[in-house]
Amino acid sequence: MAALDALGPVERERVVRQRRRGLGVVFWAAIAWIALILAVAAFANLLPLRDPDHTALLARRALPSAAHLLGTDALGRDILARAIFGARASLGIGLLAPLLATLVGASLGLVAGYLRGWIETLLVGATDVLLAFPPLVLALAIVAYLGQSVVNVIIVLAILTVPSVARIARAATLAVREREFVTAARASGASHARILLKEILPNILLPLGAFFLVLVAITIVAESILSFLGLGVPPPAPSWGSMIAEGRDSLDEAPHIAFIPAGVMFLTVLAFNLVGDTLRAITDPRRGT
Amino acid sequence: MSAALLEVEKLSVALMTERGPLHAVAGLNLTLAPSRSLGIVGESGSGKTMLARAILRLLPRNATVGGSVRFDGRDLLGMPLDALRRLRGRELAVVFQDPMTSLNPVLTVGSQIAEALSEHMGLGAHAAALRAVELLAEVGIPEPGRRARQYPHQLSGGMRQRVAIAIALSCEPRLLIADEPTTALDVTVQAQILDLIGREQQRRQMALILITHDLGVVAGRTDEVAVMYAGRIVEHAPTCDLFKQMRSPYAEALLQAIPKLDAPPHTRLRAIGGAPPDPTRLPPGCAFSPRCRYAQERCRREAPPLLGEAGGHQFACWLPLAERAALEA
Repeated sequence: MAALDALGPVERERVVRQRRRGLGVVFWAAIAWIALILAVAAFANLLPLRDPDHTALLARRALPSAAHLLGTDALGRDILARAIFGARASLGIGLLAPLLATLVGASLGLVAGYLRGWIETLLVGATDVLLAFPPLVLALAIVAYLGQSVVNVIIVLAILTVPSVARIARAATLAVREREFVTAARASGASHARILLKEILPNILLPLGAFFLVLVAITIVAESILSFLGLGVPPPAPSWGSMIAEGRDSLDEAPHIAFIPAGVMFLTVLAFNLVGDTLRAITDPRRGT
Repeated sequence: MSAALLEVEKLSVALMTERGPLHAVAGLNLTLAPSRSLGIVGESGSGKTMLARAILRLLPRNATVGGSVRFDGRDLLGMPLDALRRLRGRELAVVFQDPMTSLNPVLTVGSQIAEALSEHMGLGAHAAALRAVELLAEVGIPEPGRRARQYPHQLSGGMRQRVAIAIALSCEPRLLIADEPTTALDVTVQAQILDLIGREQQRRQMALILITHDLGVVAGRTDEVAVMYAGRIVEHAPTCDLFKQMRSPYAEALLQAIPKLDAPPHTRLRAIGGAPPDPTRLPPGCAFSPRCRYAQERCRREAPPLLGEAGGHQFACWLPLAERAALEA
């Protein structure tokens, strides 16, 4: 920053512009894809789409055409409509579960990293235990026990990701709490709550935000695995995972039934990962401020 | 002299280290009257910062504290944390050494000042923001309205320290502790910051403890000077008395270690030989005796107490310099 201050206004503008351009076309393409998917998922009801659950047995496994832009699946359902309504389930779960996990995990990590002591020991122990479980087995067991519903899937995926969020929040808090401005805040009479919320939390929001995006990508994949195994979103409502599972039987005659939802999911996960990684690189403390 | 604002009695701070307890402050006595200023001078590791942190109860977890600290008659070390929190920032304020790290990098400087105001003075958000801009103007920041909306990294080191001072002064404290407030700054900015602290101290009639490793910083700026060595005060006197006649060899050696402007070029600096003693293994007698030019048998055996009346010229030395001169004559 000091180097930036030394420059004249024109040069400074150029440097700033370069930095902005430095994020690259790929980053903005990823943002655009995420925006597109979110928009069509949000306004799916307003779009001129076919009913995603309407079966047309005469038009089974149709290739893309004017009537069905992305073709139909083994029951003659419109793949475009199913992919878009599937995005609702996949993205809904993929955003809500990490949101829940981030709220819970960040609070736990923040308190543990700040107060230290037995609370921290307890949290670290609990996260180690939870992280040692094979995640999918745990997810399958819990969904099988609680029953198959969207809410349960969200809860299960949140439980699985809370430990990693808590770890990141705790590590970031540990680094921040030793900084002198925290001592300065204590010296000016700040309460623990105020130090946590006003001094430390704003300093760990960026790493948490970057990790949130990576979690979204992981959760979309995890949800599709659960759906693929038949323990995700209950049928006949579409989700990308269950669409892939349904297309598996006709892979040799109509590969597009499985490949289109797989491709959409691939692009979405890739986009979230790219954005998350870029944000993490920007906020990496090793680059200096 | 009126009743003391701050009374430190037999204060000791020990830090638990792998090599045993480290006595950062060893049985220190100190009093400060309201609206007086005191400079505390000593080398790195002499315990100055630990003294300041002990007064504010901001010590690291591995520290154990003994003795008492009374502020306006109230026991700071014994009072519940809630009560202490109301005092900190309100009546007791502190300015830290490095303004690069003592401000929160992700909050605007205006909001950091307003924070203290709403916490202690009960100001609403709008009133606090207005007062923050006023305070920035008072500590000599040009364009305070624009600066208040900026983040610490957009300000120079000197300006950041001015912001830290504005935060410390925001609630009109009765005692300001400045812990090496200029060490991290450019030489040209140092004098401005010290002048600012001195001016505000006079204007607000608050007591000041100015901690520094530079005798030159306190000369002419504080009413009294206390010289610390190995966790103890070795000499404490009104500033002009001290500079007129230093009694302890350590204070004298510190003064001689300051480069003189009128000395011819290439004069060798008179550094103090050796290094401060290992604070986990203090020598049995006077802690300075291993480095003292005049040390005698007794100095190595017994630690000298701090003698002299409070408020006058106090010193801890078996052979104060004046007597030594008489002895040599």
